[in-house]
Formats: sequence, C-alpha cells, structure tokens
Amino acid sequence: MDKQLELLQGTLDMLILKAVSLGPLHGYGVLLRIQQISKDRLEIQQGSLYPALYRLEHQGWIASEWGESENKRKAKYYRLTAAGKRRLQTESEKWNRMADLIAGILDTKREEV
Amino acid sequence: MTIWSRLRSWLRALLRRSQMESEMDAELRFHMEAYAEDLVRSGMAREEATRRARLEFGGVERVKEEGREARGVNLVESLLRDLRYGASNMLRTPGFTAITVLTLALGIGATTAIFSAVNPILFESLPYPRPERIMVISEFGADSSRTRVAFHTYRELAARSRSFENLAVTKIWQPTLVTPREPERFDGQFVSAGYFRVLGVPPFLGRDFEPSDDRFHGPHVVILSDALWRRRFGGDAAIIGRKITLDDNSYTVIGVMPNTFENVLVPSAELWTPLQYDPGHIADSQTREWGNHLRMAGRLQPGASIDQASRELKAIAGDPVPEFPRPPWASHEQGFIVNSLQDDVTRSVKPALLAVLGAVLLVLVIACVNVTNLLLARGVRRRAEFALRTALGAGRTRLIRQLLTESLLLAATGGVAGMAVAQLGVRALVALSPAELPRVNSIGVDGPVFAFGLGITTLIGLVVGLIPALRASRNEPQIALQESSQRTVGGHRRTRSALVVVEVALALVLLVSSGLLLRSLQLLFAVAPGFDASRLLTMQVQTYGRRYDDDATCNRFFAQALEAVRNVPGVSAAAFTSQLPLSGDADVYGVQFENASDPNDVEPAFRYGVAPGYFETMGIPLRRGRLFNAQDAAGLPMRPVLINESLAKRRYPGQDPIGQRIRFGGPPNRPWDIIVGVVGDVKQTSLAVSQSDAVYVTTAQWLWADGTQWLVVRTRGDAAALAPAVRQAIWSVDKDQPVVRVATMGALLAASAAQRHFALILFETFALVALMLAGAGIYGVLSGSVAERTREIGVRLALGATNQSILALVIRQGMTLTGIGVAFGLAGAAAASQAIAAMLFGVSPLDPVTYLGVIVLLAAMSVIACGVPALRAMRVDPIVALRYE
Repeated sequence: MDKQLELLQGTLDMLILKAVSLGPLHGYGVLLRIQQISKDRLEIQQGSLYPALYRLEHQGWIASEWGESENKRKAKYYRLTAAGKRRLQTESEKWNRMADLIAGILDTKREEV
Repeated sequence: MTIWSRLRSWLRALLRRSQMESEMDAELRFHMEAYAEDLVRSGMAREEATRRARLEFGGVERVKEEGREARGVNLVESLLRDLRYGASNMLRTPGFTAITVLTLALGIGATTAIFSAVNPILFESLPYPRPERIMVISEFGADSSRTRVAFHTYRELAARSRSFENLAVTKIWQPTLVTPREPERFDGQFVSAGYFRVLGVPPFLGRDFEPSDDRFHGPHVVILSDALWRRRFGGDAAIIGRKITLDDNSYTVIGVMPNTFENVLVPSAELWTPLQYDPGHIADSQTREWGNHLRMAGRLQPGASIDQASRELKAIAGDPVPEFPRPPWASHEQGFIVNSLQDDVTRSVKPALLAVLGAVLLVLVIACVNVTNLLLARGVRRRAEFALRTALGAGRTRLIRQLLTESLLLAATGGVAGMAVAQLGVRALVALSPAELPRVNSIGVDGPVFAFGLGITTLIGLVVGLIPALRASRNEPQIALQESSQRTVGGHRRTRSALVVVEVALALVLLVSSGLLLRSLQLLFAVAPGFDASRLLTMQVQTYGRRYDDDATCNRFFAQALEAVRNVPGVSAAAFTSQLPLSGDADVYGVQFENASDPNDVEPAFRYGVAPGYFETMGIPLRRGRLFNAQDAAGLPMRPVLINESLAKRRYPGQDPIGQRIRFGGPPNRPWDIIVGVVGDVKQTSLAVSQSDAVYVTTAQWLWADGTQWLVVRTRGDAAALAPAVRQAIWSVDKDQPVVRVATMGALLAASAAQRHFALILFETFALVALMLAGAGIYGVLSGSVAERTREIGVRLALGATNQSILALVIRQGMTLTGIGVAFGLAGAAAASQAIAAMLFGVSPLDPVTYLGVIVLLAAMSVIACGVPALRAMRVDPIVALRYE
C-alpha cells in the first residue's frame, strides 16, 4: 500500500478544483493540499500542475490574484469561482456515478449474470 | 460567462504577453524555492535541496510552453511567429524558394485552368431551372447511335406520352437579312411552340411562342436573342410588334430572350421562329414531315424518372395506333433513346476532357512530389536547427506545426502565382478548343474555380509539408546533434528515392498516353479520305428568296453559278454537291435492293446529289462502269445512280453491280433506279469513322431541287487565295445569294481531328513538364546523395577506386531508381491507356513502339540527370574529402 498511484487521466483538474474549494491556495499549496488529503498516496508530476491551473483559469473555473505567502513572499493565489463551484459539483457527481458503476461491474459474480 | 472569461483571458494573454511571461516565471520560481525550503527544513543541504526541487519539477520550458498553450496564446501568437519565421526562411534561400514556388505555380495553374474548362461542361448543371429534368429523345440509328426524329413521330409522342410536361422539336434555321452591302446570314432555330418551356426560360420582353403560332401557314413571328437585339436594334424595348424582313418575308418580333439565356442545343442561334410543319397528310411518307431531321427535347413531369419515360416511350413504340400510321423507317422497333440534355451535350467531349483532367492531376502530383523532395533535402540541411529546438523544449507537434506553416506559406505563394498561370492557361485553352466543345463561353476563372484553386493550394501545402515535417520531428536530438549521423541521412535518402520512383512512374504514364495520342493522330492523318484533299476550296451556296421556290429557277441558278466559277482564272475544275465530305453534315436515306429477299431489308446510305464533273473535281476514282454525263438529266424512265465500292462488294458479292437495281429515297412503290457505276469509298463523317456507304444521283434527278449546295473547286495554286474571286463569280449571277462556310478541304480535315489534336497538345505539354520535373527530381536526389557521400567517395578514391568505378556507382544508383520507376509506370500506363482508348485510332493501347520509345526517352533523361552529379563525384579530392569531417 506504500506504492504511490499514478493519477488517472483527466482527474487532476477535479482534484485542483476540490483543493481550492477549501480555500484560496498558491500553486505549491495546491500540490501540498492534494498530497495531504490523499495521504501521499498519489504521485503528481509537480510541473504538470501549472498547465492545468492555467487551463482552469482560462476556462473561468478558478481565478487568481497575487498575495503574500506564509513566509512573506509574493505568491499567486487561486480561488474557486461560481462557475468552478458548479463545475466541481457536476464533475464529482459524474465521478461518483462512474465509480459506482465500475465497481458494480467489477464485483459482479458469475451467478448474477 | 465562461466564453466571455475565456476570451478575456485570451486577450489578456495576447496583449499583456511580457507581463504574463514574467508572472509565470515568478510563479514557477516561487514553487521551486518553496519546495526547496521545505526540503531544507526537513534536513537536506541547501544545494542538494535546490537541485532536487528543480529535478522533481520537470522541464521548466516545457511547462511554460504547455502553459501558454493552455491559455490559447499559442494559436495566434505562434502562427504569427511561424509565418514570420517561414517568410524570412523563404527570403534567406531565394533559389530554393523560386524553384518550389515556380513548380507549384505550374502545377496549381495548369490544374486550375483545366478545372475551369471541365467544371462547367462536366460537373456544373446546365443553366436552366431543374436542368436534370430536361431530356433529349432520339431514334436508334445504326449501331445504337442516336438519330434525329421525324415531325410525325414527335406528334405521336406528344399526343400519347404522359411522362413529359412538354415536348419540343427543333432544327437549324439560317435566315438571311439583305443589307445594301452584303447579304448577312444568321444562325437561328425553327422550334415547336414548347421549346422555351422545355428549357424553362421565358423571354424577358414580349411573349413566348403559343401553339397558335406554330401551325401550318401560321403567322411569321420571331423571338430575338439579347445579343442580336442589342447589336442590330440598339436594345430598343419598342421592338416588340415591329416587323423585320428575313428571307424576303416580313416577320413580327414578339419577344426577346434574357441575356443570361444560354442555348446549349445550338449555341450560335440568335433568333427563333415556329416550325409550322404540316400535321396533315400523315399517310404520305414523301413529305418533309416524315424526314428524320428534328432534334427532340422534353421536360419530364415532376416525379418522373428517365427510366420511366424510356419505358413509356418503348411501350408507345411497340403499340402503333391507326391515327398515327408509320412508314418503314419510323417503326421504332427498339423504342427511343432518352438521355439527359447534359449527357447529350457533353458526351462527345467527355472522354477527352476526363483524360486531360487526369493528365493534369498527374502533373500536379509530380510537382508536389518534387517539392516534397526539395523540402526533405532542406530538412536534412536544417537537421541541427530542429535538434536544437527540440532540446530547448519545442514539442513535436510544435515543430510539425511550424514546418507545415512554412510549406503552406510556400504553397500559398505558389497558389497566387498559379492563379496567374491559370488565367493565361484558360485563355490558351479557349483559343485551342475544338469547335465541338460545348459551353465555351462559360469557361473562365470564376468563383468555383477560385475555390478549387484555393482548395488544392491548401491541400498541397499540407501534403508536401507532412512527410518532411514528420521526418524532421522524428530526429532524436542526441543523434542529430552529433553532426555526421549516417542513420538519419540514410532514412531521408530512402524516402527521397521512393519519391523519385513515384515521379518516374507518373511521368512514364503521361509520356505513354501522349505517345499513343501522337501515334493515333499520325495514323489518322495517314488515312486516305477517298479523294484528293489538296488545292480544294469548298463553300456552301444558299438560295434565298421566293423566286427560288421554283425548282427550275433554282437549278438554273446553280448551273449558271457553276459556269461562272469555272471561268475564274486559276480554277481547274468545279462542281456542286448536296453534301460535302467532312463538313459535319449527314444526309442519309434508306436503300432497298431489288435482289434482296426481304423488302424490309433497307440499308442507310449517304445521299449525294451532284452535278456532273463532281468526281473529276474531287478526284474520287471510278472503279467500274461510268460516271454521270450531261445526258443524265431529268425525265429518264430509270434514274441512273452510282454507289460506293464497299456497298457494291457487300451487296453484290461475286456479281457485277452494273445494271443491278435499287430504290433510293422515294415512296415504296416508285420505279427502280439502275446502278451505272461504282466509285471509291469516301469518308463522310470523319477520318476515324469508316461508315461510307453512299448513293450518288445527279442534282437534276433528285426528288426536289436542293436549295443549299456545296461548291467544290479544284484550284491550280493556293486554294484559300482564290476564295474571294470564286465568291464574286457566284454573286455575278445573283448578288443576294449567301455564300458561307468557306474553307479549304485541308482545314476541314484538320477540324475533323480537332478534338484529338486538342487532347494531344495538352498531353504533350503535360508530358514535357512531367519529364522535366522527373529529371529535376532524379538530379536533386543524386546530387544530394553525392554531397552526403563525399567522404565515402573520398575513401574509395583513396583506396584506389578508379574514376570510372565512381562514375558507375553514381549512375547505377540513378538508373536503379529509374528502372524501378519504369516498372511501376508500365503497369500504370497500361491502365491509363485503357482510359483513353476512346481517343485512340488504329493503335493498340499497348502499342510496343510507343512504350519502347518512351522508356528510351526516360532512360536518356535519367542518364543526363545522373551525369552532372556523377562528374562531380569523380572530381572529389580524397584529401579534401577526408579532411572535411
């Protein structure tokens, strides 16, 4: 169980939205929060975080502004927009439905077919 | 909302680019420093921590590039950058740019020009409402050819058929307008009342013909074309109701057609008048109403199909009714041929046009292959540049996109130049086009043609750029950065060699096709027309005016005119005939043979009503019996006729045809005609058509006096030069008689092969371009390969290889490519020659002489193309070559 899982394709966006939904974060903070929530079981390529952040911002789901970090340095903070909130909602529902469905399929026993 | 915010972020990214870049820098730097800080806090040495942070972050440049991409900056930004970069690249290598642009301009220009000619004829629908419903209805002729119909047949179909909304018949009308200077003759049409309704275009001034206009001895009314109305009547709207005099008769103008009206059945027609044939006397088969000389067109009912109409007409044909009795030549045994008007108008030129279109597409492909080759060669030279860019973080798609932008830029420049080439090409095409090419006036660089040019330019930009771009982007940077990697060079060479093989193969296809056409034309012109075509002047003399309605007056005019012409200095012989060989006319009647067991065994034959002296003037040889003489005048109990050699051999095998009797062009019960002579076969339709059965009768003994006759004049000197004097001689008898269609027999011979000639000129041009491009391709690949192998050649020379062996090495390489190309090309040519089989004459599509000749030509071209690189290879100085690395 120690081994880190690779991120499923297309799920990084959802995780970022979730991370910033708990409060504004800078890029490094997003990374730390995801690792913290996942208890370090997800492997995220650090560099890949930024194109994803820019994409989400470009789509209007998160917004950014410059602020001051914990150790008094200039950092760019991201927060969830109203559109992003809706997006996170639908994405989570979709994900849960999909996960249930897949799990149901994988659990199917012979006699149930 | 999201769209707006996306647009805003995109605009911001574009407009405040430098700020965004520095922000991105700062953000990423912050990330790495913060991470390093955390690592230091967990006990790592600072230096090690900074290194780890960088490492785990990944390629900073790549992240930034992806970040820009994510913001949509790159779309426009990088396009502009690529364009700028591409343009400066083009300017940096002017030689390369000039050659590629020129090659593409030729390919695009030629293809666009041909497309502009082919499009309105083959692909665009005719300029009428619902043109797909307009049909042409013909009788079955010999060998399922299409023959015109008789008036009574039209009447029967119009009365009985339900598939057509409207049916109409038409024939040529050539009325004369007498002016103080010279008689002016117009092209026009006699039409039944529904003609314009079949086409679906009404007059824009005045009214259309009504059934009441089209009755026997009906009123003289006329509809004018827009062009004639403007030219002769100043575009005056008060023309409606005015009277004009044509052929001594007064006609009332009732309408003017719109200027957009295109009359594809008779493009030259400028005025129309009702046919006014006699619907009575249907039982009398000797009337013009039973002559198969009308073209019939019809507009299908909505919902009716061609098949349905043709089935219905066949049913009518098989079920004669008493109201419409039929003579033997209108029994309609096989039903009728129903074709769309489009098909009818284009079918004679379709094979030639499709072949030419195919040929020009081959040229285009060869041009593209050549440009691809040039781009590949340049790709090799730019290897280091690409490697550097990849190493600096340019993604593969990024690189491909840049190279495609460059090739699109090249193609676009070529396309612009190509449109200029197309303009010139279209002009040349129209000037060269054979007379039978329909819709010549609608050939031009218009919207669809422009769109086509734009389309192929874009396509070419992508196609020629793709292989070089994929190849270049596949470079592994480490390998390419070490300069002399033979592996990648080898890969390039293989691709380029393959392309040269393609080029040689395609060039061979084109060369074989044009070689076959050339041989066909040679053989065609070697065909004996059956008469002596040299120094022969021809013209059509028409009588007009009421006084010539009298047969005796008409015959006297032609006799006097002939006398006057014979007295012109320089004329050695002259005669009149009702029908001139190779004039494009066909006057056919049925022949019934007395010795035939079946009285319905009737064969068609060309009818020539000739003046005595015709055969001597034309140089048609007498095979048996005698020619006509002055005694063969009207009133003899048995009419003497001459027939041609083939007909005599077929109908009277092993017998003497002289004295045998036939019935030609008359009622079934009329007296027999007696064959008094047999003359040589003469080509009537064209040199390529062997059908030449003919029956000759003297003018005086034909059923009626021919009001329009052909004059043939054998001259002592240049035939064309004598034309004015001959015309004056005719006008000395009656100055108001039109003399038209003046041409030397040599010109008529050329015109009968005009379509083949047209195709040949285009094929030859394309084949020549293909040959040059293929040569350039071979040369390019070989000289590139010699340059790349300089060191190898140096080593060989240093190890004692002779100049000859080096020469052989290079030439072998080139000839191997040619050989493989020829092998593929032969297969292609065999297939292509089947496609042009319809245009070949007397030569097999697999004619060995042509194939061998083309192979020799291609081989010679390859040797020349190999020569220069080979000589360069021989001059390689081993010392220099070895020091080179």
